[in-house]
Amino acid sequence: MREGYAAVMPANAYNWVAVWRRNFLAWRKVALASVLGNLADPMTNLFGLGFGLGIIVGLIDGASYIAFLAGGMVATSAMTAATFETMYAAFARMRAQRTWEAILCTQLTLGDIVLGELAWAATKAVLAGTAIAVVAATLGYAAWASIIYSIPAIAITGFVFASLAMVVVSLAPSYDYFVFYQTLVVTPMVFLCGAVFPVSQMPSAFQRVAGLLPLAHSVDLIRPVMLGLPTGGIGLHIGALCMYAVLPFFLSIALFRRRLMR
Amino acid sequence: MSTVAIDLTGVRKSYGDKIVVDGLSFAVASGECFGLLGPNGAGKSTIARMVLGMVAPDTGKMTVLGEPVPARARLARARIGVVPQFDNLEMEFTVRENLLVFGRYFNMSAREVEAIVPALLEFARLESKADARVAELSGGMKRRLTLARALINDPHLLVMDEPTTGLDPHARHLIWERLRLLLARGKTILLTTHFMEEAERLCDRLCVLEAGRKIAEGEPRALIDEQIGCQVIEIYGGNPHELSSLIRPYARHIEVSGETLFCYAPDPEQVLVQLRGRVGLRLLQRPANLEDVFLRLTGREMER
Repeated sequence: MREGYAAVMPANAYNWVAVWRRNFLAWRKVALASVLGNLADPMTNLFGLGFGLGIIVGLIDGASYIAFLAGGMVATSAMTAATFETMYAAFARMRAQRTWEAILCTQLTLGDIVLGELAWAATKAVLAGTAIAVVAATLGYAAWASIIYSIPAIAITGFVFASLAMVVVSLAPSYDYFVFYQTLVVTPMVFLCGAVFPVSQMPSAFQRVAGLLPLAHSVDLIRPVMLGLPTGGIGLHIGALCMYAVLPFFLSIALFRRRLMR
Repeated sequence: MSTVAIDLTGVRKSYGDKIVVDGLSFAVASGECFGLLGPNGAGKSTIARMVLGMVAPDTGKMTVLGEPVPARARLARARIGVVPQFDNLEMEFTVRENLLVFGRYFNMSAREVEAIVPALLEFARLESKADARVAELSGGMKRRLTLARALINDPHLLVMDEPTTGLDPHARHLIWERLRLLLARGKTILLTTHFMEEAERLCDRLCVLEAGRKIAEGEPRALIDEQIGCQVIEIYGGNPHELSSLIRPYARHIEVSGETLFCYAPDPEQVLVQLRGRVGLRLLQRPANLEDVFLRLTGREMER
């Protein structure tokens, strides 16, 4: 049995690139529509909440509300981009399009495919997150150099949420089940993790829960960088995010093996 | 390279209570076309997936191109080309892009793929379609592209799961002709099919399956001679039971399937004489084929 699981793990460090490049080629054909679709939602939130609530809220941690919100929206857009790419597009490639089935006939393994899909979803998260940061920088809410520093954190955020969504994909019988993950996990996380208001506003029990959630660690990494403030506990945040990226990755491979290779 | 391409010993697989492959053993020699013949649900596709390492057997041993499968199936797959039962081409990509993307899955560079694309397109008779989107191709063209794609890594072994199901006769003959060309080039083919004609035309040897069990194995001609060995008269119309008692003395064996009566007759003339003058009967005298073997072995007709 152990041998069976070993055979489906990533075969080497570079096989996944072929899967990433396949997705990149497909994306290139629809890039414009895809980019606009990915940006519209976080932009609406940034400006709608930023200007609208910003008038009422005043300064948070010495920054304007919209500058505070920018870091949260960068993390959130990375999360949603990776989540949706995995739940809908990767699920389609696994099921309706039979792309995975074709790849499994080559010398790639299931693990190579999953890793390629995660890397691709993380790439889209970097595109989406960076685009918001660029807009924030253009409007003077963040320093240009901060974008460079926040890209690694955006990329890890993408990996984390692609990896978590991959577990959902490996278990979901159909698209209909994704809405539960979205409404019960992803959306609450936006409010629990300090993306739109400081975690310190919540009762302490909620704050402790937030400390366990991956988006909180992403926000805590990205926001201080964008506001030009010192970042505390970098090691803890990165460690927690790595755990959230790696464990679901292996879990999803094991679950896919049971689902696809029986 | 060993001369045995695929070796299965005592392979068994069940899903819950349902036994899909039941203690199956067979060996495929390098360079031969070996057919797995049986009705839908006989376990053909499961066996093909096992050979590729996509399904682990409950018990039994499998070796494919010298590699133990499923443990080292990846290394075997590097030298296998697969034509799946259902097309899984990239519909939004062009023909050329499909080959390029698939070549990358075998760690081939763009230059390596480009070097062989013309030969593959010529083989698949798709030279004029190189830059057409797959969605624009006909069913036969898609199958031919799937075949070309399976050859991208210059495989030693081809695993084909019902390669011509759903094709019109013209397209099917074209695929058969291409497959014979591949055999002439020394490729080994494992072919699953429920088309008797396909098995008879292409396979050097075949294994007839029913409900996951092997019920016969051998060369198509030898199986026919061994199991039937005489002419067949198909009789439509009339009461099969009344007719069968009439011709029984002159028949080696009689099968009734639906409203058709199959009479295996060493001397067909004798049978025809008995039936002469009867109204409403349609008679067809023909040489025996694999369909008869299957009917003989299982007592029922193969789905068409």
